[in-house]
Amino acid sequence: MTQSRRWEGLLFVAPFLFVYSAILIFPLLRGLWLSLFRIELFGPGHFIGFGNYERLFGDPIFQQSLINTFLVTLMIVPPLTVIALALALALNRAGRTAAFIRGIFFSSAVLSVTIVTLIWRFVLAPDAGLLGEIWKSLGWEPLPFLSDVHLVLPALAITTIWWSVGFPMLLFLAGLQQIPQDMYEAAALDRASRWTTFSRITLPSLKRTLILVVMLQTAAQLQMFGQSQLLTAGGPSGASRTAVLFLFESAFGRWELGYASAAAEVLFLIILAVTLTQYWATGQMRVGGRGRAG
Amino acid sequence: MAAQVDRARLTRAGYVALTIGAILMVSPLLWALLLSLKSNASLVGNSGAAFHPPYTLENYAAIFGNSSTMRWLLNSIIVSLCTTAGVLILASLAGYGFARLEFPFRRTLFVFVLVGLAIPSQAVILPQHQLFAWLHLHNSYPGLVLPGLVAPFGVFFMTTYMRAIPKELDEAAMLDGASRWKIFRSVILPLTIPAQSTLAVFTFLGSWNDYWWPLISATRSNMYTLTVGLAASQMNYAQTSGLGFLMAQAVFASVPIFIVYIVFQKQIVRAMAGAAVR
Repeated sequence: MTQSRRWEGLLFVAPFLFVYSAILIFPLLRGLWLSLFRIELFGPGHFIGFGNYERLFGDPIFQQSLINTFLVTLMIVPPLTVIALALALALNRAGRTAAFIRGIFFSSAVLSVTIVTLIWRFVLAPDAGLLGEIWKSLGWEPLPFLSDVHLVLPALAITTIWWSVGFPMLLFLAGLQQIPQDMYEAAALDRASRWTTFSRITLPSLKRTLILVVMLQTAAQLQMFGQSQLLTAGGPSGASRTAVLFLFESAFGRWELGYASAAAEVLFLIILAVTLTQYWATGQMRVGGRGRAG
Repeated sequence: MAAQVDRARLTRAGYVALTIGAILMVSPLLWALLLSLKSNASLVGNSGAAFHPPYTLENYAAIFGNSSTMRWLLNSIIVSLCTTAGVLILASLAGYGFARLEFPFRRTLFVFVLVGLAIPSQAVILPQHQLFAWLHLHNSYPGLVLPGLVAPFGVFFMTTYMRAIPKELDEAAMLDGASRWKIFRSVILPLTIPAQSTLAVFTFLGSWNDYWWPLISATRSNMYTLTVGLAASQMNYAQTSGLGFLMAQAVFASVPIFIVYIVFQKQIVRAMAGAAVR
């Protein structure tokens, strides 16, 4: 191989690598660097080491936003996973009706967060909303979902579950298609009950998909922003401010770039931990699976 | 979809639950559609009016008479198409290089790209904002498109796909004296059309629905995408337009994306299957 041939491959990957390094990797490193500075409104800023991080962990607003983020993630991921799995089990069949219903449950997933919040803002509004109308027709007092400190996170969770149930449902459907049919035939011969079949065959076969769904959803919900910003602007009194909304407000509201960068790094570490757990869990399983098979 | 897994026959209760679920699922969308068909005046203080006629198309007429909504639509089309084209070009070039050519540091560079899969956009948004301010790219089409071109998943996806194509194809073409570029263009690329279309649909949907970057980069109303423009009208709701008009905008903005979804349903489902099996 001549020298020029050897380097030829690099020419194919170079355009992407250039864009990737300039727009993702360089900003990533620069963000780490910025988080060590105190910067206000485009000034030069001065180096303060871990000062931003210290301030961050003493900041009750940041703490509250982190707690909100964890709570809302917890309210979304388990129900979403169970509903998506139940839908996939019920809709894993041929035929136009099943395809149509699958289409219905996936349809909201193609909408942008703006359209979703626009619709749900008025679904949830107590005076003019869809839920309010239904409540009133039943003779009940409508609930102030978006203005009550205790109802606002569940309201964001319901909106998000409605929005994002389609994607995990499709992942589970794809996982179900991978289960060899003869396992079910063997179970039927053994007159296994429906529950036994589910817990001994279906669920173990879906383990990888299950981990994938839980981790993808956790990572996604830890980054919740649009629902919080557009539905409630973080209110009432910060009860629905997520970590990313905190970051957004510090950066583009108060222009404290160093402080916001530190918040971004903390969030990055949390999400990285989730991602690494996923790699670890699926890796463990592959090793374990091989051991059992061998 | 497999028919045989019909074993877990749905019970009557299961059917009822599924039907109720489906109704709950579509009711917000239908309600938005009904609201969009009502005159704004009839909805003031009485959104229950949505359930009764008369219905009108006046809100949709107002959208077509509203130059800023049409401008946002145009911006969304330009940005999403450019982003999709850019990602397809960069990812297939890089995929070809990583999958089928040998060069120094190939493995290291591929791992370097995979690292990008774990970086959330929130971690880089501030420095990206600064970078684009230095380059004077905010409120411009390149400013809206460029960050979307960073698609490590696209590179990973194309690399995996291109690896599965038999090596003999390149070797035969090499013997005929074709250059690497020629092989890429006329041998490999045509074979990757299914993967290209899947990647295209996903990139297009992602770019069309992106809220985070255009919110920060496009600060002038004439450079908003539809997603950001709609968010802005939503926040100004009290002062302007009215509920019916707002919902008409939402319906109008979701039509293009529903069309893409319906046309490319097969690709979307196939790609999901790939993601789950991986």
